[in-house]
Amino acid sequence: MTAGGTRQLQYRVAMREAMREALLADERVFLMGEDVGAYGGCFAVSLGLFEEFGPERIRDTPLSELAFVGAGIGAALGGMRPIVEIMTVNFSLLALDQILNNAATLSHMSGGQFAIPLVIRIPTGGGRQLAAQHSHSLEGWYAHIPGLRVLAPATVEDARGMLAPALADPNPVLIFEHVLLYNVEEEVPLEPATVDIASAAIRRGGRDVSLITYGGSLPLVLEAAAELATAGIDAEVIDLRVLRPLDERTVLESVTRTHRAVVVDEGWRSGSLSAEISARIMERAFFDLDAPVQRICSVEVPVPYAQQLEEAARPRASEVVRVARALVEGRPVDG
Amino acid sequence: MADFLMPSLGADMEAGRLVEWRVKPGDRVERGDIIAVIETDKAAIDVEVWETGTVEALLVEEGTRVPVGTPLARIGSGAATGPVAAPPEPQAETPSAPGPPPLEAVPASERPSLPTSAPAPPPTGRLRVTPLARVRAEELGIDLARVRGTGVEGAITQADVERAASSAPAEPPVGEEPARTLTRPEPAAPPSPAGAPEARSTALRRAIAAAMSRSNRDIPHYYLSMAVDLSSTLSWIERTNQQRPVAERLLPAALFVRAVALATREVPEMNGHYLDGEFRQAEAAHVGFAVAVPGGGLIAPAILEADRKSLGDVMADLRGLVSRARAGTLRSSELSDPTITISSLGERGGVDAVFGIINPPQVALVGFGNIVDRPWAEGGLVGARRQVTLSLSGDHRVSDGHRGSLFLAAIDRLLRNPEQL
Repeated sequence: MTAGGTRQLQYRVAMREAMREALLADERVFLMGEDVGAYGGCFAVSLGLFEEFGPERIRDTPLSELAFVGAGIGAALGGMRPIVEIMTVNFSLLALDQILNNAATLSHMSGGQFAIPLVIRIPTGGGRQLAAQHSHSLEGWYAHIPGLRVLAPATVEDARGMLAPALADPNPVLIFEHVLLYNVEEEVPLEPATVDIASAAIRRGGRDVSLITYGGSLPLVLEAAAELATAGIDAEVIDLRVLRPLDERTVLESVTRTHRAVVVDEGWRSGSLSAEISARIMERAFFDLDAPVQRICSVEVPVPYAQQLEEAARPRASEVVRVARALVEGRPVDG
Repeated sequence: MADFLMPSLGADMEAGRLVEWRVKPGDRVERGDIIAVIETDKAAIDVEVWETGTVEALLVEEGTRVPVGTPLARIGSGAATGPVAAPPEPQAETPSAPGPPPLEAVPASERPSLPTSAPAPPPTGRLRVTPLARVRAEELGIDLARVRGTGVEGAITQADVERAASSAPAEPPVGEEPARTLTRPEPAAPPSPAGAPEARSTALRRAIAAAMSRSNRDIPHYYLSMAVDLSSTLSWIERTNQQRPVAERLLPAALFVRAVALATREVPEMNGHYLDGEFRQAEAAHVGFAVAVPGGGLIAPAILEADRKSLGDVMADLRGLVSRARAGTLRSSELSDPTITISSLGERGGVDAVFGIINPPQVALVGFGNIVDRPWAEGGLVGARRQVTLSLSGDHRVSDGHRGSLFLAAIDRLLRNPEQL
């Protein structure tokens, strides 16, 4: 095989390769979190790294998110390039004080004297029957906080490519990895592509309706777009990629072309990222709209454990198809 | 069946006077026929009909002034029709009354409704119209009360508006998103009897007063000027003209128009309209050229798409435009919506420079003074050169002095390279 060819790569392995590359390239990089070392990570993302890099650089931590995220911030202040893994987004709330009050504010409060080159990786989302304390999608909350950059790699290429620019960013960067994406395999170039951590991506061009999503919902939205195509509806799919700061321009330009928008977000609808996207479309593209903006979000309940109930609570491709068709064909959206 | 509506013949036109009907009920009309003469504040215009059919009823009497969008006549399919319903409530106002509020402010359902074959609006009684459809209807002059909605919850969508307008396709070629502010029906108009010159000039003066007062109040102007050496350009014109038939000879004004039009491609924020707190850049440069009209006053009809035309075509347009403007027989498309204006006072009065007031909703006005011999220093020597003072009145909400100076520099460079025009 020569450069220019492609290979199958799993999302989980892509993330591991990205960390391995960073660890090899820069001695200041280290990984820490619960069970990331000897156990290889709760989702097996760091499997093998402990053996290769040793306990100094692949550090198992006590079960205290507040303590080890705080330690990561301190290490970043001290010149290191820490990668901190929090086992699930639900647990990240224990570290919210560190993330919001320290990581996101110190550069601001020191007049730019202190940089926090910290990366926090957080698995998010449901669909694996892990019940209500391990299955939520709270990345929209973090997208609320100035001072953070919030990434949601939805493709293997982004999983492979986003870590390096995130580590190079002098400010804290949160990377949300949807737990259903870890097993996804995709064809990627042998040479890892350089990706940016600033822009949204159009994953499928279309002219009838813009389907706007990110992270774990991208596969189901692409599936919906393919089904819509068989019904003669040409849907454009936008992967936000970066949840903060939002690449508003790509979204607005798309809506200006298609005149209709459906936002698909696994978070709860009330006060969600989808609400923000919808509001911005209304503010900036009102006169280009030919139908009200629609949102497809998780049902507003704690994510159920039972498989059928969990499935029913999360956004589904069939629902995206139904709502997009109703918008384009001018039928009632509800019902 | 369709209504013939009072057309909008300019961005600032709120109402027009129906001067004369050229048809009567029962007449057969073909799409493109001139069926009425309408007087705006600026000129009397012959207006075409966009339907083929039979005139069923004239709804507005001659001499009446009505708001844009008001139905003026009903055009039937031409098939035998039953008794025609009574005309609607008169919506006319007396000529001296101030202009009515724009139609947009009045919910369509509150307007007197006409007998129509369209289904009734949804039971809520209020029309549901998408924001996009509302903009499109305004552009196409479509009365939303007469459009059947097929969108979500019965809303009128862009497609519904375009369907309603489809029997009157006055649109530019499809494919591209049309330039919002520039698409209007463009009926061609042969010379027409104009209204009484005196009344017209008073109305014109009043229209200028309104537009210029608004501009001075709302637009934060900035002004720039630059001396341009035209010596070699004028020699080039002389040489070129020797090879052209007399009727096609070039005047410097044509080069001014081309240079300004091409320069807008480099500094596009000079070209377009500022409407509703937002600048909308135009896709093409429709260059208005200020022309003094007999009886006093000034109008600035447009050389359409001056950035896409040859110098010869621009010259031909300019020639036709000036003579038609002075005769009061401009085409409606030429009166509506230039995207930038040139004021050239050189030929009269011989002033050095022009610092004009921007004609809203445009955002820039380019001035040319008299072309004169002046001492000009170049390479350490002073010599007599043919020179013109180029000036810019810019809208500071949209651009600034830096962009303005780049714009003037582009015009300067283009003028000094006439073979590229």
